[in-house]
Amino acid sequence: MLEIRDLVAAYGDVRALSGVTLSVGSGEIVALLGPNGAGKSTLLKSIAGLLRPRAGAIRWEGEDLRSVGAHLIVERGLAMVPEGRRLFGSMTVEENLELGAFAARARPRKRANLDRVYALFPVLSERRRQIVRALSGGQQQMVAVGRALMTNPKLLMLDEPSLGLAPRLVRSILEALVEINRGGVAVFLVEQNVQAALTLAHRGYVLEAGRIVGEGRGADLLRDPHVRRAYLGPLA
Amino acid sequence: MILAQQLLLGLLIGGIYGLAAAGLSLVFGVLKVLNVAHGELIMLGGYGAFWAVALLGIDPFASLLLVLPLSLLLGLALYWALFGFVVRADEETRVKNSLLIGFGLALALHALAVRLWTADERSIITPYGGAVISVGDLSIPVVRLLSLALAFALIGGLHLLLTHWRWGQAIRATADDWQAALLTGIDVRRAYLLAFAIGTGLAGAAGTLVSIGYSISPSIGLEWTLKALIVVVLAGLGSMIGTFVGGLFLGLAEAASAAAFGGPYREVVGLVIFVVVLVLRPRGLFGR
Ligand SMILES: Nc1ncnc2c1ncn2[C@@H]1O[C@H](COP(=O)(O)OP(=O)(O)OP(=O)(O)O)[C@@H](O)[C@H]1O
Ligand SMILES: [Mg+2]
Repeated sequence: MLEIRDLVAAYGDVRALSGVTLSVGSGEIVALLGPNGAGKSTLLKSIAGLLRPRAGAIRWEGEDLRSVGAHLIVERGLAMVPEGRRLFGSMTVEENLELGAFAARARPRKRANLDRVYALFPVLSERRRQIVRALSGGQQQMVAVGRALMTNPKLLMLDEPSLGLAPRLVRSILEALVEINRGGVAVFLVEQNVQAALTLAHRGYVLEAGRIVGEGRGADLLRDPHVRRAYLGPLA
Repeated sequence: MILAQQLLLGLLIGGIYGLAAAGLSLVFGVLKVLNVAHGELIMLGGYGAFWAVALLGIDPFASLLLVLPLSLLLGLALYWALFGFVVRADEETRVKNSLLIGFGLALALHALAVRLWTADERSIITPYGGAVISVGDLSIPVVRLLSLALAFALIGGLHLLLTHWRWGQAIRATADDWQAALLTGIDVRRAYLLAFAIGTGLAGAAGTLVSIGYSISPSIGLEWTLKALIVVVLAGLGSMIGTFVGGLFLGLAEAASAAAFGGPYREVVGLVIFVVVLVLRPRGLFGR
C-alpha cells in the first residue's frame, strides 16, 4: 500500500535520511524504531507532505506522493499524528475532532467517526466542550489520535504517541491502536517504547542515522541481539 | 464639554477602532504578516463610500453593501498579486518582505488617493447628519451611534463566521498551527487567502464608517494603522469580540486623557497603553 524507496531528505545541508526503503501493507501494524535524531520524524513528515524529500520515491497505492500537497495527501487516506500532538490549543475537544473531518473524504462519515472516537476514548466524550489546552497530556494525545481518525484514514501514522505519558496511559493508547487496526486501518508507528511497540506490531524497522539497519517480524526483532542491546537495555 | 459627554464620544469612536483592528488582527493572526497598509485600505474604503454616495446618490450607510464586497474583491486581488508570495517564505523572510510590500502598498495607495480625490479632507454629508438623541445632559449623535451599532454587528457576524462556517474554523485552525491544519486536510493557502480578503473587507467597512461619522483624507492611513495596531496589542490575538472591547477601551482612554490633560495628549495615551500592555501583559487582555 505504501512503498518508500531510497528516500533522501535534508534540512539545508543537514542530511536526515540517506536512502530509506520500506513498505507498509494494507491492514498491517508496522513499527519504526530508532534513537533520537535518527530521522524518524523526518520520514513521517516526508510521507505526509510537510517536507519535500530530495530524492527517492514515495508511492501510495501506485501514485507518487512527492508532488501532492499535504492537504491532498489527507484526501488520499493517509493521516498523521504529529510529534508533540500539535492540537488546536484554543479550541474545544469537539472542535478539534470536527476539524479532523474537514477533508472531503471524511465529511460524509463525520457523525459515524465521531461516535467511533468517543467509543474508543470515552473520556473525550465527557470533555467534549473543554478547551484542549486544559486537558492532561494523555487526554490530549487521545484528541490527537481521534483527530487523525476523523480524517477517515486507510493508514494512520503516529510519531511517538506515548512520549511523556504514564505507563497506564501508554498502554491504553497502544491498545486503542490495536482496536483501530482491527477496524481495517493500517498503522505505522514510531515509538521509543520498543518492547510495547514490537509486541503489538506485525513487522518493524530499525532506523539509525538516516538508514534502515534492521527489519523483520515484531517478535523476531524483539529477539534480535542488536535491538536488545541498543533499545532494551542490559536488563532486558 | 462635560466629562460624560467626552467619554461617550470616545466610546462611539472606540467601536470603529475595534472594527479597524479586527481586520488587522485576523490577517496578523492567520498569515503572521503585519499589513502596515491596513490604514490605507481603511482610507480607500472611506473614499469608496464617498464615491458611492456622491455618484450614485445612495444612503451613506447603504454604501456598505457596495464597499464591503468590493473590498473583499480588492483583498483577493492584493493577495494574489502581492501577499500570496510572502506567505510562502520562512518566518524571517516573511516579516521583511511583508513590511516592504506593506509600506510600498501604503505609499502607492496614498498617491492614488491624492490623484483621484486631492489631498483635501472630506466627509460624507448625511441628511440626518446633525440629529442627536438627548439623554439628560448628554447628546448622542445619531450617525455615530448607528456606526457603533453597525461596527458591533459586523464584529458579531465575523465571530459567527469564524466559529460556525467550515472555512471560518479552518481559518482559526490555520492561525493556531498551520502544519496541523494541513494534516487535517485544510488547504492553508486558501485559508490565508480568505483571511486576507475578509481582513480587507473589514478595513473597507471601517473606512465607510469613518467617512460617515468623521472625516477622511489620503493621509489618514498611518494614523489608523497605528490605532488598529494598538488595539491588537491591547486585546491580544484570537478573539474578535475581545478586539472590539479593546477598541472601545482605547476610545474611552483617549477621551479620558484628553479631558484630563487636554486634546493634544489624546494620541499619546494610545502609545502609552501600547507600551504598558507590552510590558505587563504581552499576550494582551484577551489573548490566547
Ligand atoms: N527543522 C530542522 N532543521 C534542521 N535540522 C533538523 C530539523 N529537524 C530535524 N533536524 C535534524 O535531522 C535529524 C533527524 O531528526 P528527526 O527529528 O527526524 O529525528 P527523530 O528520529 O524523529 O528524533 P526524536 O526521537 O528525537 O524525535 C537530526 O539530526 C535533527 O537534528
Ligand atoms: Mg521525532
